[in-house]
Order: sequence, then structure tokens, then C-alpha cells
Amino acid sequence: MSSKSKPVLSSSIGKKLIMSLTGLFLCTFLVIHLIGNLQLFKCDDGYAFNNYAYFMTHFTPIKVVSYLLYASIIIHAVYAIVLSMNNKKARPVGYKQYNGQANSKWNSRNMGILGTIILVFLATHLQNFWWKYHNDQVPYVEYHKDLSTGTVTTHELQAADFTEYSVITENGVEITRARDLYKQVDFAFQNICLVALYVIAMAALAFHLIHGFGSAFQTLGFNHKKYVPIIRFLGIWIFGIVIPVAFALMPLYFYFIK
Amino acid sequence: MSAHMNLTLKVWRQKNDKSKGQFVTIQANDIADDMSFLEMLDIVNDDLTRKGEDPIYFDHDCREGICGMCSLVINGRPHGPKYGITTCQLHMRSFHDGQTIVIEPWRAAAFPVLKDLAVDRTAFDRIQQAGGYVNVNTGGVQDANNILIPKRIADEAFESATCIGCGACVAACKNASAMLFVSAKISQFALLPQGQTERYERAQAMVDQMDAEGFGNCTNTGACEAECPKGIKLTNIARMNREYLTAKFFREEDIHN
Repeated sequence: MSSKSKPVLSSSIGKKLIMSLTGLFLCTFLVIHLIGNLQLFKCDDGYAFNNYAYFMTHFTPIKVVSYLLYASIIIHAVYAIVLSMNNKKARPVGYKQYNGQANSKWNSRNMGILGTIILVFLATHLQNFWWKYHNDQVPYVEYHKDLSTGTVTTHELQAADFTEYSVITENGVEITRARDLYKQVDFAFQNICLVALYVIAMAALAFHLIHGFGSAFQTLGFNHKKYVPIIRFLGIWIFGIVIPVAFALMPLYFYFIK
Repeated sequence: MSAHMNLTLKVWRQKNDKSKGQFVTIQANDIADDMSFLEMLDIVNDDLTRKGEDPIYFDHDCREGICGMCSLVINGRPHGPKYGITTCQLHMRSFHDGQTIVIEPWRAAAFPVLKDLAVDRTAFDRIQQAGGYVNVNTGGVQDANNILIPKRIADEAFESATCIGCGACVAACKNASAMLFVSAKISQFALLPQGQTERYERAQAMVDQMDAEGFGNCTNTGACEAECPKGIKLTNIARMNREYLTAKFFREEDIHN
């Protein structure tokens, strides 16, 4: 007798595949998000950053990808909960003594806790910037760029005078009117509690990715003598250290230096 | 001359699979340090029997690390504090006089406790029966080495085949996942020409059975690899994922049962 095997997504490996693919997609997002946000470190009163923010929220392909991104975050979290519940059920009676550190790394055993910290951070982060930007709760700004010299001067803009993002050229001066997300960032990061939350969340992200990045490839079945060390290197140094540290520097920069 | 020691054992005692168990403190006195861990339990059991008490029930058979019968989580680690050995190969010199040793059975929903420290590991048998075999022709026996297999591949398959099915991987895993065991069994055939006939069917059937038995999901912590007495590698799990996902996405096949 022959029969069909269970559908892939109802299997343990299928669910892990979902975790792996959404996780890796979120990793690629981190790279883009970091590169864009490095413009926060430019000393131009947010001219580059605010233009970038407008571009990212109004360019159709980016918008499509952003919906994929929101979906990935939700799916990654939901599947994590489903898998964790299965795992709890797989060991109803625990050990009296369990010596985990003898055989595995702390972060690999606590991906759920690290992920929860990141999720709480994401909710706060989206509320602070994404929500405020999309709901007209950020200040406005007008930049005058002298096209012959290239110097940019910043002028405050009252809410009453702002209608829509616009770039007009008058008498050799390019006038850009935009929502001032940069000022909102500056304002938000004067709050020490928020800065602390961001730094803690980035530490959690670091430990989450040191395990998660390599783990995602293992789940995909990618295990090659020559290339696995490269993945491990990327997972630890790029995703585990460079990216979280660079992100953590942003709130610290605004709080201590700006 | 071997040194002798007195130990305090905290042993999980459970009458049968229906009853609730509990930890019982038992004194193990005058234990020689060149005894194996199981010999120590034998001495304790002799004592208990003489006193008319029920001896501690534990699984064991060959006592030379090849049958996969012995189990025991000792001070929070499957097969005790050493790497690469089974409980029967563990010597009492790994402990010191006056030490308290906590002895627990494998803990997993798929491995119900039968009595005291012995668990029912027939879930592994059912996974094996689902696909951990190869079909062979009837008739005369083929000459050895008729099918050419590169040494490298043969070695790799052999390494996977050294799994003794003790279940330490499940016991060590924080998710009680059986993926190291199942992946070793899938790998040993996936690598060899003799295993190609049922290759993709096998991966699907064995993974289905593994899920049906109620094992957890692997989170790649590597605890299984570290605790495996036979050194089965995580590369097996990657191979299983590859076999399974290839079967599902590129070669969906029926499974026979």
C-alpha cells in the first residue's frame, strides 16, 4: 500500500524551514536598514536622512518589500511560539538537574527569550518612528540647498505651512520640504530609558544572530566543509557584532554627542 | 590498590508507567573507584535486595558501550560527566568521596518511564521500521565489493552507522528532539548506493514517524552532538534536512506502508 507523506509545513523540518527563511530575510533587511541609517551620523541636520526616509516610504518596490518584512516578523514570531509549545510538550517532566552549559551555548538555548526582547523593542521602535512618521506626528523642516556652492541651510517649518514632501528649484536654490524624522530621532534619544532599551535590545539581537544566522543555514541543509566557516564568520562578526554595535551607536551618539 | 568512596545517590524511583515518581536518597558506601557506574548500582541493588527492598531498575546489556541499552542522566548530563562514552563505560573515578549524584531517566514524552530509570525507547524502533532499511534481492549472495564505493563515502556512512540508538541525543536536547538519531539513520543509507532505491521515501517516512512520536523540534544547540557517546555529527542533521526538503520540493514521492 502506498500513501502520501504528511504535508511539508505540518512537519518539524517544514516549520523550521519557515523559521530559517523568514530569519534570513530579516537578516538581509538589517543590512539595508543599517546602511541607510548610517546617514544619521552625517552632520547635515538630517538632509540626507530625511530625503532617504521619504524615498523608503514612497518607492513602490520598497513598499512591497516592507509588507513582506512585516509578514516575516509576524510569521517568525508565530512559528517560534508554535515550535516552542511543541518542544515544551515533548518534555512534560523536566530534569531535576540539567547541565546545559556542558554541551551547548547559553544563547542557543535561550533564543525565545532573546527573540521576545527583540519583539518588545520592535514594537517600541515602530511606535517611536514608523508610527509617528506615518501619522504626521513628527516636526517639519525646509532645506535650502545652494546649487552653485552645494551648501545646505536648515529652516524650521510650521505644520500649517507643510502640505506634502516637495523639492522646488528657485533662483539656483533647491528648496526641500520634508517631514523631519531626524529631529524626531534626536528628540527620542534624549530619553535615557529609551537609549538603554535600544542598547539592551541590540545586545539581545547580537546573541540571537550569533546563533540564528548559522542555525538558519543548518536548517536549510547547508553544511559544507569549505563554506560553513565563512557562514560562521559572517554570523559572529558581521551579524553578531558589527551590525548590532553600529545600531547601538545611534542612540548613544544622539544622547552623548549630538 | 583502588580508593574507596561513600556517595549519596538521589535516584528517581517510579513504580510503573502509571504511577507518579519521586527522588529517593540512597547511600552508596564503600564504592571502589575502578568500578563502572553500573557496577556501583549493582552493589547498591545487592544492598537493597538484602534489606528486602525493591532494587533500582535500570537498562543495561552489553556493558561495553556498543548495545545502546544503558541510559541515565547523571548530574544533569546523559551518560554522565565524560564525553564520548556510555554510562556503562563511566568509571567511579570520575566522582569523589562524599559527592551527591543525581540519577534521572531520559526525559521525553516519546520516552515514557517504565520503571525507575528505565524508559520505553520503542519510538526509535518505530522510526526505524518506517524507513531505516534497504531492500535486497533474493537469490544468491552478491560478492563483496561488487558495488564500488569511494573510501571517503564509506567512512562517512560508517560514522553515521555507529549510532547505537541509546537516545542520549533526545535526553540532552532541551527540546527532546530526536533529529540526531533520525538523521544518522537516514544518512547511513543516503550516502551509500544500496540506499538509493528508497532514498527520498525514507527521509519522508522517518521524519513523519519522528513527528508522530511526539519528539521536539531541533534548534541547533548542538547539545546532542556534544553528549553523543558515538560522536555522531550535526552534519547528519543538515543532510536529513536536505534529503527531506529535496524529497518534498523536487521529488514528492509516495511512501509505502
